[in-house]
Amino acid sequence: MKLYNICLGNIKRRKTRMLFLALGLIIGIGTVVTLLSITESMSRDIEERLDQFGANIVMAPRMENLSLNYGGIDVGGVNYEVRELDQASLSRIHTIENAKNLGVIAPKILGPVTIMDKTLLLMGVVFEEELALKPWWQKTGAFPGADNELLLGSAAASLLNASPGSTLVMKEQSFKVSGVLDPTGGSEDNAVIAGLAPAQKILGKQGKISLVEISAFCRGCPITELTLQIAEKFPNAKVTAMKQAVMSKMQSIELFKSFSLGVSALVITIGALLVMVTMMGSVNQRTREIGIFRAIGFRQGHVMQIILLEALLLGIFGGLAGFVLGNGVARIIIPLTLEAGRFAGINWQLGGICLLLSAALSLLASLYPAFKAASLDPNLALRAL
Amino acid sequence: MKTVDHFIQVHDLVKTYADGAQLVTAVDQVNLSIDDGEFVTIMGQSGSGKSTLLSMLGALMRPTTGKVLVDSMDLYSLGKEQLADFRSEYIGFIFQSFQLIPYLTVLENVKLPMAVTILKKKTRQDMAMAVIDRVGLADKHDRLPDQLSGGEQERVAVARAIVNRPPLILADEPTGNLDSDTAAQIMALLESLNRDGHTIVVVTHNPETEAYASRNIRVKDGRVAV
Repeated sequence: MKLYNICLGNIKRRKTRMLFLALGLIIGIGTVVTLLSITESMSRDIEERLDQFGANIVMAPRMENLSLNYGGIDVGGVNYEVRELDQASLSRIHTIENAKNLGVIAPKILGPVTIMDKTLLLMGVVFEEELALKPWWQKTGAFPGADNELLLGSAAASLLNASPGSTLVMKEQSFKVSGVLDPTGGSEDNAVIAGLAPAQKILGKQGKISLVEISAFCRGCPITELTLQIAEKFPNAKVTAMKQAVMSKMQSIELFKSFSLGVSALVITIGALLVMVTMMGSVNQRTREIGIFRAIGFRQGHVMQIILLEALLLGIFGGLAGFVLGNGVARIIIPLTLEAGRFAGINWQLGGICLLLSAALSLLASLYPAFKAASLDPNLALRAL
Repeated sequence: MKTVDHFIQVHDLVKTYADGAQLVTAVDQVNLSIDDGEFVTIMGQSGSGKSTLLSMLGALMRPTTGKVLVDSMDLYSLGKEQLADFRSEYIGFIFQSFQLIPYLTVLENVKLPMAVTILKKKTRQDMAMAVIDRVGLADKHDRLPDQLSGGEQERVAVARAIVNRPPLILADEPTGNLDSDTAAQIMALLESLNRDGHTIVVVTHNPETEAYASRNIRVKDGRVAV
């Protein structure tokens, strides 16, 4: 017979009472796990959506001089040679270490083109990639489905007085306008957008690329690291991370995580208070036992050990049960509450933290009740007999 | 070790309680001595102060004034934890209404006082089984208290009180909740423990228990009646 046998005997033969005692912890930890799992799934969802929303890395040929352009206003004055990247070399991008973080890769060819005596910007794109990168594009008509179809920016369409169904001629080649983009406020408003291969042909730049816009999934990889890896593979290219886009993504997610942690802290505090109250109640109910322990020679420290050991065991049990409960609830709730949301999986690291947190919380909340129990005057406790 | 005439010596013992605005004297100027190996009953009516006196003899209650010496130790000069150690080493309590721990088996209840000793596991087991056997409950050692009769529960309480082989056994109304046959068995058990060398002090209001004792002390209104 050791002190832990008393705790084990109490837990083993008073299961319902013990379950009630652990309930505060189970609910507290369960709520936190559910909340954090939902947050995790939501932030993944948000990250994925944000990742797909626009480019966060731009790769362009390295220039010797800087262009004098700001906010779309070209002030000219500096001559610079126009260089292009080799389209065939683009496949090297998939050999970088973090290749799995690469999402949409949208190559483009840019150049001037004359249509109806007017000079416009011709942009050749891979429509599948471009549309994935720019889900905000709205159009009248349809997106091009064939090589002889093109898309007009809103300003370009006005300038050419063209609409879906119109035919335009570029370098003696006829193209059908399949659609006109609604104004976006971006460069595409002024552009004539065609497929990459026809545009390269018209511009006489077969196999060349002016610019590549990349959308990288940034979970677990710093964007600067990705740009360095890409730059290493393309020494003649200038790879730029669009930090503003990345930072706004991160800020949105961090804000959401902070909110979730705040709520978790609140739940944990309430859980701790609940444990303290139930432990105090338990100690009061056990006055008689404590009186007997003290009368037969248990020291105050022995009584504290009994109460705290029970609290520790309850804490471990509460942590485990809360973790299981939280994951179970999250698994059920996430698909019901999040559009296209899916359970992010069991986070074992969170499990470890929950176990430690629950045990520490239970011990902390039981410290005062244990001290109170140990300080009971054995004679007063015996009077309760 | 200093040789003393008496195992227990009580000098000018007083215990007063505040009952609201009123001061109640439960034990009033008690002087008595009990020798090693004696079997003493303390008799008195309800409220006479006999249980309070027993609590002070058992190092459970600090007196207002006066001294209790056991084995020449001045009990109330000791600190709380030293008093706990004293109780563990010197005293076996038999409480009124058995006072067993409901979630522990007979064997575990009997082993309880040994949980704070440094005895080896095997020794504990052997000692506990020996006393359980002595009180006639060997075949019920794995039962929970609520699976036993009143007399059996009292015997478990006796086994728990003697398992650490304390020199002094203090019993508070040990037969109070038992029928006369079972009460006689328990008193006979205490008598045999006394023969084995335990000093026994029994608080009771049952005159039939007097027959088992070597000396009877009567308490009235907190004083030892002459």
